[in-house]
Amino acid sequence: MFDRLLLSISATLLRARLRQSVVAAVGVAISIGMYIGLSGFMNGLNSLLDGLILNRTAHIRIYNEIRPADKQPLDLLLEKASGGRLTHPFINRIKPKGEQLAVRNALGIIAALRKDPRVDGIAPKVTAQVFFNAGTIEVNGTIQGIDPLEEDRLLHFSDYLLGCTVADLAGSANGVVLGKGLADKMRANLGDAVQLSTIAGDRFTLKVIGFYQSGMADFDNVTCFTTLATAQNLLAQPRSWITDIQVRLKDLALAPAVAKEYMRRFDVDALDIQAANAQFETGSSVRSLISYVVSVVLLLVAGFGIYNILNMMIYEKLDSIAILKATGFSGRDVRVIFINLSLIIGACGAVAGLLLGAFMAFGIGRIPFKFDALPTVKTYPVDHDPKYYLIGVAFALVTTFIAGLFPARKASRVDPVEIIRGK
Amino acid sequence: MSNGDPVIEARGIVKWFRDPVDTQVLKGVDLKVMRGEFASVMGKSGCGKSTLLYILSTMDTDYSGELLLDGERITGAPHEHLSRLRNEKIGFVFQFHYLIPEFTVLRNVMLPGLKRGLLTEREVEERAMTHLRTMGVDHQAQKRANQVSGGEKQRVAIARALINEPLILMCDEPTGNLDSRNSDIVLGIFKGLSAKGQSLLVVTHDEDFALNTDRTIVMDDGRVVDHGKEMSV
Repeated sequence: MFDRLLLSISATLLRARLRQSVVAAVGVAISIGMYIGLSGFMNGLNSLLDGLILNRTAHIRIYNEIRPADKQPLDLLLEKASGGRLTHPFINRIKPKGEQLAVRNALGIIAALRKDPRVDGIAPKVTAQVFFNAGTIEVNGTIQGIDPLEEDRLLHFSDYLLGCTVADLAGSANGVVLGKGLADKMRANLGDAVQLSTIAGDRFTLKVIGFYQSGMADFDNVTCFTTLATAQNLLAQPRSWITDIQVRLKDLALAPAVAKEYMRRFDVDALDIQAANAQFETGSSVRSLISYVVSVVLLLVAGFGIYNILNMMIYEKLDSIAILKATGFSGRDVRVIFINLSLIIGACGAVAGLLLGAFMAFGIGRIPFKFDALPTVKTYPVDHDPKYYLIGVAFALVTTFIAGLFPARKASRVDPVEIIRGK
Repeated sequence: MSNGDPVIEARGIVKWFRDPVDTQVLKGVDLKVMRGEFASVMGKSGCGKSTLLYILSTMDTDYSGELLLDGERITGAPHEHLSRLRNEKIGFVFQFHYLIPEFTVLRNVMLPGLKRGLLTEREVEERAMTHLRTMGVDHQAQKRANQVSGGEKQRVAIARALINEPLILMCDEPTGNLDSRNSDIVLGIFKGLSAKGQSLLVVTHDEDFALNTDRTIVMDDGRVVDHGKEMSV
């Protein structure tokens, strides 16, 4: 295949048809470049969108669902009396109790989770209803007490944070990060003091140290963040009072099974990310399917271009093929010459395509992009994974090889007598 | 000049053309070319002389009968083997000076030698230059093949046919496309080669040319009607 003589013949034929060859190589380069650029872009955008869900949602959320007792007292009584036969109870109004808001034995559960080798990290949280005093109006809101550093590590909290760092929040005893919508509603600026009151009626003053913008208006309009300790103080609850335990696993796929296990083991409610975002998987896989289809189509078009040009070249070169065969070159030699031709075009196109792709990827990565859901993102996201460059080059060579194969076989079957006599 | 040793021998060659209608072009041709002989094949056009030459050259394998090259039966041999035989033992000159236009004159001459791979590139180049000098076209060596005149092209083609020192040089109307001055030059070259012991088989319809060869084989309607004087010796 890499016979020097045959290679030099291929190169000479190529040079003689330089313009056509360059056009063919440019075709390959454009498709490879587009593939690399668009794949990087699409996957960058894809992981950004996936991240919106994956990064914001704990793999498993442990909490206490507020609900009535599964078995109402009368059920138990009737069951006992009837020996297990079902009857129709009339009293079924035993209501949920207030103490159920927090996870029972939260600190114990956290300690147990830390020992679980499947767990990557744990972020405890306190969520409670509060009212903000904006002038004479009381604005409904939610306060979330978090461990800022863990929250950032597990759930990328800092991606949505404006005006301060997570360390600022962690080190502040009376600082609050307001949702952007909420802050606008109260016309609160950095450094301002805001007043809020708890459901129990206690009033507190907190200092605005930053803003939070998730892009979801319903959320940004009502939520504010403080440290875990601050929230517990506001609610006059002990350190063990935790409403949510957010768990991140090392392997996302295990979440449903592990969530079930925790429900049994700790007698709590546990929601896994797959159940929380059932539509997410579908959207994500459809998006990557589209990007693959687009890439394959681009490369196929380039392959057809090469196929065409080689076919034309063979018709032009029938005489030369006949001479080569008459002077002792075999059909195999002729085939190798034409496959070499297409591989040279493919290789040159692939190299140019790599440069074009890198240029496109970095170019797209510099285009300004404003995204409400991620205030820290300023330009279009691009995935610079070398994988795309490798796939692009490999596909270019494979496509050009296949595109060259058929014309080359045709050339190898040229009957020199027919050509020479036909003149 | 000839000894009793045939370079190429055809026995009962029959060839049909299937397209557009079944036509028998060769109807049992027997033919021998002896070592060192300068033979010509004459005949009216359509008598099958070119067809016979392409069968003898091993390029056309669709025939019945038997073909021996240098004593080796080559009928039915695989194509790869025939390619190698063509490369090593047969030199071919066509009516139309088939050079590969993308290559230089020198490179055209060198290609079969490089394909054979017996000599280094430098040695092949030296040999090619020697042949070009013999043909009187060495000053054109570095020109592209499509930039030299018709007569010169034919001489380059002869140089190419000689590069691997073939057993036999086969020519299909080598002067058919040349003016009389260039025809004379080519004839002179062939006579010179013949004098050095090169076996030649030339298909022609030029009677003056045929008269200058050792033996003239005459064909008519797919048969050899006259084997010429030396065959009977």
